[in-house]
Amino acid sequence: MLKILKYSFYDLIRSRWSYVYFLFYLILGFVLLFLNNDVSKAVITLMNVIIVLIPLIGTIFGVMYYYNSREFTELLLAQPIKRSSIFMGQYLGVSGSLALSLVLGLGIPFVLYGLLQSNAIFDFSLLLVTGSFLTFIFVGLSFIIAISNENRIKGFGYAVLLWLFLAVVYDGLFLMSLIVFEEYPLDTFSLVATMLNPIDLSRILILLKLDISALLGYTGAIFKKFFGTDLGFLVSMAILFLWTVLPILGLEYKARKKDF
Amino acid sequence: MVLHNTYHRYLLCLLMLLLGHPMWAKTWTICPSCVDSTLKGTIARAQANDTLLVQKGTYREFEIIVDKPLVIKGIGYPIIDGGKKGEIFRIQSDNVTLDGLFIINVGVSYTKDNAAIRVVRSKNFLIQNMVLEQLFFGIYLEKSSHGKVFHNRIIGEAVDEYNSGNGIQLWYSTDIEVRKNHVQGTRDGIYLEFSDRITITENVSMDNLRYGLHFMFSNHDVYTRNTFENNGAGVAVMFSKFITMKDNTFHKNWGTAAYGMLLKEINDAEIVGNTFEENTIGINIEGSNRIQYTNNDFIGNGWAIRVIGACYTNSFKGNNFLYNSFDISYNSKLNDNVFEGNFWSSYTGYDLDRNGIGDVPYRPVKLFSYVVNRTPETIVLLRSLFMDIIDFSERVSPVFTPDNLKDTQPLMKIRP
Repeated sequence: MLKILKYSFYDLIRSRWSYVYFLFYLILGFVLLFLNNDVSKAVITLMNVIIVLIPLIGTIFGVMYYYNSREFTELLLAQPIKRSSIFMGQYLGVSGSLALSLVLGLGIPFVLYGLLQSNAIFDFSLLLVTGSFLTFIFVGLSFIIAISNENRIKGFGYAVLLWLFLAVVYDGLFLMSLIVFEEYPLDTFSLVATMLNPIDLSRILILLKLDISALLGYTGAIFKKFFGTDLGFLVSMAILFLWTVLPILGLEYKARKKDF
Repeated sequence: MVLHNTYHRYLLCLLMLLLGHPMWAKTWTICPSCVDSTLKGTIARAQANDTLLVQKGTYREFEIIVDKPLVIKGIGYPIIDGGKKGEIFRIQSDNVTLDGLFIINVGVSYTKDNAAIRVVRSKNFLIQNMVLEQLFFGIYLEKSSHGKVFHNRIIGEAVDEYNSGNGIQLWYSTDIEVRKNHVQGTRDGIYLEFSDRITITENVSMDNLRYGLHFMFSNHDVYTRNTFENNGAGVAVMFSKFITMKDNTFHKNWGTAAYGMLLKEINDAEIVGNTFEENTIGINIEGSNRIQYTNNDFIGNGWAIRVIGACYTNSFKGNNFLYNSFDISYNSKLNDNVFEGNFWSSYTGYDLDRNGIGDVPYRPVKLFSYVVNRTPETIVLLRSLFMDIIDFSERVSPVFTPDNLKDTQPLMKIRP
């Protein structure tokens, strides 16, 4: 598995797309800091980018890589290698290189602009950690979609739909249901609904650091306990971790059952 | 010669005056092992205008009534221990000075407002350098005037509102200066009721159960350069007129009903140069008219300004709004307030003629803040892409937010 991981990783590291992705973050980081001259403001803007763009790129990239390396995968499958290690290796290679581009691309400009002296360092590292988590989650989901669909167009379609649903439509439905049922106690529901979407979950995780004063404005015992203590942070982190593990397990299962 | 005579006469007059007046007031020294070992006894023996020097030691006394003009001065912070039995000092005369005493153990009562120091119907008093601990009420000024409360330290251990008192309370008092005091851990740090022309300067009021500063029915008061931090509900200014609030700092007042400042039924006030940082709500305004908000900084608040209703002819000019989750929140479609020349960190317009003023008006009210007002749980959708899209479309063509609620001259650069 390690060999395949290494192969996929180096293959991607050498590929043009990784560089484009890396350069994109590098430029984004520099431009943000150049325009704002303030690390904490840049962190807020970056959050919007991260929770929207990372899932999108993760999904598209994952699907693309799987379809592109399909022949190579079939070649590998003919060898005496465990199936799970082939797919896991590829999965980890893709998500690892994407996460690396993200961390380096954003990390370099921020470090150069004196992040280490700034007190925003914790917010920023949290941003990178959630970003990496999101990369792993969405690459995993896209691999599952790609394995389940032989048809490339269909696979791409589903992947983009998945992103659109989780990034935009889900929040719309969520908002509608909150307004429709506003006469009922909704704090547990809204927290659970947040947990069920990895994008919302990472957003809340970052908000816990950035907008805590607004989040504490709502009178609800459960909210207060969740947002007012470390509980919220720990629970969100744990569930984000669970969200990372679940697609991996799903991928393993799919890979085992798949008939090539 | 005539001139010389008048000069002599004046001198004589002055001499007689000095002799007639107890100029050589006696100084009494009180210490636990002296002849004068109690405050009460010495006060009874002393004449008006005498000075009492209280030496270091512990004095177990309460209900000490000061009924003549005296200077009571502690040396090395003598401890006056009230033994939780009742009130400790009660000043009932004009021209009394209390200085440098350490007062502890005020009796808690559910029927009487026991205070460490109560001033009743007196003028020209001076209370300074006192340390008050384990108290119920701290300094209670009742129908008094022209006094000064200076540089005191009031440390309470309030846990519940019903059995705790206020740090400094003014009731029907006028023309008083409250300066450089430090109040913490009481119910209301500084409380004013029916008190006019009070100056509150350079105080620190923190960690109080309810409000750091609380105004009720008090007019023409000025408070400047105070710091209010981490109070249960911030600062409340209610039912008062002509208040000036300048250069104060409101910091970290977090909670469901916590405000940097709560304004209710306030008219004709001036709010200038204050800093509101990391409060759940910076200023909560309700039924307040003709207020000038100028040169204030709102930094990292949940809501910088929340307008609840019936607020007319207010003007917001030259303020900085930096990284607040919501800049302004309204709950009605009517707007009669003016926003002009403020800096908004979330402003995205441009300045083609380079005059430092944005060419596109800024709309500080997001549609999302209406949604949150209606269904508070939706706060979990803060900063989501869906909400941003909706806010954007509302900003382009306002349907729900007041059409004229905008800053037509937003600053491009932060006001220094």
